Amino acid sequence: MREITYREALREALIEEMKRDESVFILGEDVAIYGGAYKVTDGLYKMFGEDRVKDTPISEAAIAGVATGAALTGMRPIAEIMYIDFSTQATDQMVNQAAKMRYMFGGKSKVPMVLRTQGGAGRGIAAHHSQSLEAWYVHMPGLYVVMPATPYDAKGLLKTSIRDDNPIVFIEHKMLYGMKGEVPEEEYLIPLGKGVIKREGEDVTIVAYSRMLHVALEAAEALEKEGVSCEVIDPRTLKPLDMDLIAGSVRKTNKAVVVSEGYRHCGMAAEIVTRIIEECFDDLDAPVKRITTPDVPIPMSPVLEEEAIPSAKKVIQAVQEIL
Amino acid sequence: MPFKETKEELLSLLKQMLEIRYFEEKVWELLARNIIKGASHVYMGEEAVAVGAISAIRDDDYITSTHRGHGHCLAKGGKLKYMLAELCGKATGYCKGRGGSMHIADVTKGNLGATGIVASNIPVATGAGYAIKLRGTDQVCLCFFGDGATNNGVFHESLNMAALWKLPVIYIIENNLYGMSVSVERASAVQELYKKGCAYNIPGEAVDGMDVMAVREATRKAVEKARKGGGPTLLECRTYRYQGHSRSDPRVYRTKEEESYWRKRDPIQSFWKRLIEEGVATEEELQGIEKEVEEETNEAEKFALESPYPPVEELAKDVYVVK
Repeated sequence: MREITYREALREALIEEMKRDESVFILGEDVAIYGGAYKVTDGLYKMFGEDRVKDTPISEAAIAGVATGAALTGMRPIAEIMYIDFSTQATDQMVNQAAKMRYMFGGKSKVPMVLRTQGGAGRGIAAHHSQSLEAWYVHMPGLYVVMPATPYDAKGLLKTSIRDDNPIVFIEHKMLYGMKGEVPEEEYLIPLGKGVIKREGEDVTIVAYSRMLHVALEAAEALEKEGVSCEVIDPRTLKPLDMDLIAGSVRKTNKAVVVSEGYRHCGMAAEIVTRIIEECFDDLDAPVKRITTPDVPIPMSPVLEEEAIPSAKKVIQAVQEIL
Repeated sequence: MPFKETKEELLSLLKQMLEIRYFEEKVWELLARNIIKGASHVYMGEEAVAVGAISAIRDDDYITSTHRGHGHCLAKGGKLKYMLAELCGKATGYCKGRGGSMHIADVTKGNLGATGIVASNIPVATGAGYAIKLRGTDQVCLCFFGDGATNNGVFHESLNMAALWKLPVIYIIENNLYGMSVSVERASAVQELYKKGCAYNIPGEAVDGMDVMAVREATRKAVEKARKGGGPTLLECRTYRYQGHSRSDPRVYRTKEEESYWRKRDPIQSFWKRLIEEGVATEEELQGIEKEVEEETNEAEKFALESPYPPVEELAKDVYVVK
């Protein structure tokens, strides 16, 4: 099968969905002539025109609000927020407007929009360009949150997200854009709420998503050499969350480690650990571990940045502690 | 100035203002009797703004509303009984009792919704305007908000975008002189709020918000321009809320003299008087309309009080669109 990058996979998804449905359009900072800060929308304005690939002023709140209003009135906007760190300025529109309108107005409204953004550390660009803020959006009733880790998942999940009738926060990882992976030529969709077992194993379940999936797989590879068999699960969508898949695995291995690049306190890892304890308490042979970024702003210095985010070494250590 | 409108149109304007007034008086009574729980921000005194402005648009046009939204809901086709049922939290309300006073809207009539977050409907209206532009129809969106909202960031982000992209949105400031307790003098560096459009090259106009025909005419002109691709207008309708911000407001921040000055300019009484002076209708005809409205309000009360509460099994229904 052909291999393309995560970036190309996302771009293909956008092109296919814009060709398929005229109501799909893109708006955001530097998305048109520049092609997006991470080049995901490169060349699209030439294909679809400047109205459907719209450069906006630096106005994150209005970008999210304009997408909400357009979605309410029959369009399928894709709003790009350059860095998830900037999405804090758009949060009111996402959590108080887009997320709640359907419920507040008696199930009569719908807001089919995607807020595309990217997060994560790894480039030495410090506290305002490196965060993993998924927990803020996962917390909110009415939003779905999607975080693909591979080119295949990025394309299939973005296409599904664009066709879905709910507001979706689609979070890419800045360190994955150049990663290559198998992506079929023919069209496919990946349903929301369906995780995937990336590596089968018997001794311990490791749950990881976005870039941390690759950290978990690296750890599993190393542990295999020591005779430890890890099952690695990528939920792919944090909401809806495929707890059936996670719980089924934990019932088999009786041990679990959860890896997330988000901050520790009330983060996504905390939620997954809680759900495992709620649903699998009697199956557990050891405390559930979580590996996260500690509660510190992401520092610029490469040494400190690397120390802040979860690593294969930390995952290996956590697994060894509960064996 | 003689009227251009038919007698039927003119009497409909009076009737809608009376409906809002009677509705709000009923709401005030039911709040005092603790039959309506929670918060209700009543529109008494401001009727000419919603009725005058919305009378200048078509059924297929949009509006966005505010926390003080009963008047907008009614003028955009809302019926008293479903509105009152909503305020009482009943299953028969427009939003199945989930929205209440602050989220009241009949979304099937192009009312995109009322918001509890001041100013946050402004980007949403702007997005409806962008959707209209993309679809290439000649619809418009009226965006209502208070004087306080003009000091919020999204007001400025949205006006900039709307002017930049020539969107068919009419921004209507309901300047009732206070954002809760803080007067315009104490909150805004610019006192004539319509001038705030000049930073974005948006024409602004001050309008007598106690005169339904003045609001209608100013809106009509702005709408005509917007339908032709002429872009947004900022209308500042100067008006007054007779009651406090909410029922718990003792109104210590304003004087009795000021209140009585504005009550003497009552939009309903003055329009009533004018209809008789201009020979449009007789006192008896107008009294007949008022009687009709009084009966409708009593029927609405009966309907609301007798309606069932929503079933608790439906608590989590309609958070998401589920296929």
